[in-house]
Amino acid sequence: MTRNEAASDTLVIGGGVVGAALAWGLARAGERVTVLDDGDIVLRASRGNFGLVWVQSKGANMFDYARWTRRSADLWPEFAAMIGEETDLDLAYEKPGGMHFMLSETELEAARARNFAMKDVTGPDDYGAEIVDRHELDKIFPGLGPDVIGGSYGHHDGHVNPLKLLRGLHIAMEARGVRYVSNARVESVAKDGAGFAAETAKGRFSAAKVVLAAGHGTTELAPALGLDMPLRPEKGQILVTERCATRLLPMPTHVLRQTDEGTVLIGDSHENTGYSTASYTPVLTDIARHALRCFPALAALKVVRSWGCVRVLSPDGCPVYHASETCPGAFAIACHSGVTLAAAHAMELAGVIASGSFGDRFAAFHPRRFSHAQAH
Amino acid sequence: MPKRIETGGATVTFTFDGRPVTAIAGDSVASALAAAGITRLRDSVVSGAPRGIHCMMGACFDCLVEIDGIPNRQACMTLAAEGMTVRAQQGAVSVSEGGRA
Ligand SMILES: Cc1cc2nc3c(=O)[nH]c(=O)nc-3n(C[C@H](O)[C@H](O)[C@H](O)COP(=O)(O)OP(=O)(O)OC[C@H]3O[C@@H](n4cnc5c(N)ncnc54)[C@H](O)[C@@H]3O)c2cc1C
Repeated sequence: MTRNEAASDTLVIGGGVVGAALAWGLARAGERVTVLDDGDIVLRASRGNFGLVWVQSKGANMFDYARWTRRSADLWPEFAAMIGEETDLDLAYEKPGGMHFMLSETELEAARARNFAMKDVTGPDDYGAEIVDRHELDKIFPGLGPDVIGGSYGHHDGHVNPLKLLRGLHIAMEARGVRYVSNARVESVAKDGAGFAAETAKGRFSAAKVVLAAGHGTTELAPALGLDMPLRPEKGQILVTERCATRLLPMPTHVLRQTDEGTVLIGDSHENTGYSTASYTPVLTDIARHALRCFPALAALKVVRSWGCVRVLSPDGCPVYHASETCPGAFAIACHSGVTLAAAHAMELAGVIASGSFGDRFAAFHPRRFSHAQAH
Repeated sequence: MPKRIETGGATVTFTFDGRPVTAIAGDSVASALAAAGITRLRDSVVSGAPRGIHCMMGACFDCLVEIDGIPNRQACMTLAAEGMTVRAQQGAVSVSEGGRA
């Protein structure tokens, strides 16, 4: 069974939020794009994440990442409006700023130091994170628990319904002519004449360029194209309450967010449990306990769902963007915070990929930084 | 419309919005309501559209009802018991610092 009749400029492998944002952006740049996606059973961070568009604290260890995150947050309002218009879907994107609650002096001091260290990363654009004291917090968050001693407020933070984002990207990319093929797990992808060919359960697909954006699936496909994608799994568990008519949270915090439809999402753990997505009560209990320390009123709400989901993390937690040196036209893109970066991926990175090479961009995100670390 | 395939056995009686419903011991609230021809269990908080039973195995959270004063209980996962007060739901719960409003 071969379905490679329609020629494509670019094959995007993976239809999660990263692949879909790139496919939409490539189509917007005028390309004919085919997205090859696996089925429902594989790991899919895009379907189990927290939905923050979060700037503060990102890239504390790599300022290029901090600037790129900020760039994406700046693009987000326009991006959300465009996807909204092209799909008639409301992504429930809001940018009210975000708060990171601090429950100890140590945490508060660390946040103060981090905000200070990062205050100039975006130059005159203002990093936009400031420490607020308990008195200020009380004005913003009535009903805060006694253990919260302060917070870090990020002006550029926001949140979105991540499932609507993924759905919106899929509808919008298909409306722009992107061919989406599901249950088409790519078994191998290699150079083929002047372009590339992918072997899938649904036949062979070829194109002039190829972008690996398959989350954890990327690592194994990368070497055949001279690409390197070192990734590690890290589980996060999330709890979801019943819908609540009371607006408890006027803005998202780094572990609590109330959706436009009323539910409160409570996250999230950082667990070294391999590729398992299992959800366990002890961790959920810790998550709930922390949430109640922040907001005792949450005790009145019933939890209706919980899940575990595996993050796509590089060794330093920052994005890995690799344009193949040996097979020009082949790219590998992976990141944690693919929701936050969706706007920059769709509106900037896609355009750079369409040009065929990174040029002098994204040097900081090259995977050579990891081999360098090992060599020392 | 779902119909019982097994009849007989001990019965329990509860009310749904004040109206008595007779269940067979072992029925979930959802199956007893379905057998009694009651399909509209709540209205969607988001769209206002009517909601009723769907998966009948605890996964979909469509059949939420108020049982003995506690809202958002899954009718399909709750055994019908003598004297229960079950109500259809409208709107979302409210909370205040003191608990549920
Ligand atoms: C608990 C948790 C909370 C998070 N919270 C946030 C947050 O608040 N904000 C934020 O910005 N980010 C957050 N993230 C991170 C974010 O979810 C990820 O960065 C993002 O979803 C990664 O998207 P992806 O498309 O790279 O990966 P995935 O969603 O994993 O998609 C990869 C796709 O590739 C496909 N695939 C895999 N192998 C193959 C193959 N061989 N052939 C074809 N297709 C293949 C899969 O089917 C899948 O559709 C969170 C993640 C987790 C786990």
